[in-house]
Amino acid sequence: MAGTMNINAPRVHDLGGQAGYGAVQREPTDEVFPERWQASVFAMAGLGMVTAAWNNTDRFRHAIERIDPVAYLTHGYYGRWLGGIETLLIEAGVIDQRVLDDRSRDLGGIQAGSVAARPKLRADPMAAVSGVASKRTAEKPPKFNLQQPVVAIAGNGLGHTRLPGYVWGKKGVITAVHGYWVFPDTNAHGLGECPQVLYTVCFNSEDLFPDGEEQTLVSLDLFEPYLLGVSNA
Amino acid sequence: MREPSPQSIRAEALEALLIEKGFLKAEDVDQVILRYGERVGPLNGAQVVARAWVDDQFREDLLNDGSAAIASYQFEGGQVEKLVVVENTATVHNVVVCTLCSCYPWALLGLPPKWYKDPEYRSRVVKEPRKVISEMGFDLAAGTSVKVWDSSAEIRYLVLPQPPENLQSYSEDDLVALVSRDGMIGVAER
Repeated sequence: MAGTMNINAPRVHDLGGQAGYGAVQREPTDEVFPERWQASVFAMAGLGMVTAAWNNTDRFRHAIERIDPVAYLTHGYYGRWLGGIETLLIEAGVIDQRVLDDRSRDLGGIQAGSVAARPKLRADPMAAVSGVASKRTAEKPPKFNLQQPVVAIAGNGLGHTRLPGYVWGKKGVITAVHGYWVFPDTNAHGLGECPQVLYTVCFNSEDLFPDGEEQTLVSLDLFEPYLLGVSNA
Repeated sequence: MREPSPQSIRAEALEALLIEKGFLKAEDVDQVILRYGERVGPLNGAQVVARAWVDDQFREDLLNDGSAAIASYQFEGGQVEKLVVVENTATVHNVVVCTLCSCYPWALLGLPPKWYKDPEYRSRVVKEPRKVISEMGFDLAAGTSVKVWDSSAEIRYLVLPQPPENLQSYSEDDLVALVSRDGMIGVAER
C-alpha cells in the first residue's frame, strides 16, 4: 500500500471534485442502447471467463482505466468499455492487434487502434479465478468502530484502487461497517482477493472542497487499508 | 443515416472476430437488448419505492437491510450485491453518484443514463450537488441538507423519495407511475 509520501495526481477516471466540467447533458431519449454496437460491447464485456482474458470486475475496471486518457473522456461509456475489452483480449492473446486493425479497416474504419491496448502499469499476473460476488466472511474484528474519526491515506495514481483522489488526506467519520469484501487493489492485478473490511466513511463537504456547498455530507465506501485512525483531539 | 463512429466500426470488427472464434453469438447481443430494454429497468425500483410508501413495515425493513427486503422480488440484472436505501425527508435530500466509474443498481434501475456516466455529473455532484440538481430541473428547498453517496465499492444505493402529500388518494399502481429513475438517483423530487 502506498505511503502518504508517495503522492501523485489522480488519474483521468478519478473525476470526483475535478474542476472545469460544464452542465450535465441529458439525452433526447432514454433508450438504453441508442446504437447496436453499444449492446454488442455490453455483451462482449461478459466474455471474460469464456475467453479467459479476465476473471473479475476489478481487472475489467482497471483495463478501462488504462485506456488512453483522451479516449477515456471522448469515446463515451461503451467506447471506454470497448477500449478495456480490447486491451484485455489482446494482452491475453485471444485477439491479435493487427488482425483487429485490419478487420476495422476492411469495415471502413480509419485510425485503427485509437483506443487499443495500453502498456501495463505494473507486473500483473493472472490469479486464480474469483467469482462474481465480492462479499467474504469475517476474518478478524474490524479495526475501526462506528463514529470513529479516520483519515484517508493519499493514493499515488498507480494501479487500480477505489480510493478517490478527492478524499486523499481528508478526515471523516465511520458511519457503517460492512464486513469483509474482496480488495480491488490486489484483485485487479491478479494478486489475490485479500479481503478487507469495508466501511462507509462520511466527510463534511467543507473539509473536502473549500469552495463547495454548505450543509453537505459526502459518504464513500472505503476499505480498511485506505484509512488511518486519528485522535478526537 | 449518420456516419458510423470509429467505436462502432471497431466494435463490429471485434464482435465479428469473437463470433468467428466461437466465443460469442450474434443472438447474445439481441438478448442484451431485450433484457435491458424490456425486462430490467427503473420500473423495478419504482415498485419497491411505491410499496415502501404504503407499507410501513416494508419501508422499515428496506431501510434496515435493503438486500433482504427486496430478495423476494428476485430481480435480474446484477450489480446489487448489497443494497442500501437512503430516505429523503423534509430536511434531508440524498443523491447518488459513482465518481470512479459508473456503478449503479442495475437490478433496480436498469442501465444508467448517459449523463450518469459522463464526466460532468461525476466530477460536479460531489462538490456542488444543489447546483447540479437545480440545473437538472429540481430546486431543493432552502435549508435542506444534502447527503451525497459516492458508490466507490460494491454497495449500491437507491434513494427513497418523499411520497406525495395526499398519499391515500393513490392506488399502489398509480404510485409506481409517479416514481422516476431520476428520483431514485436523487436528481428529481420523486
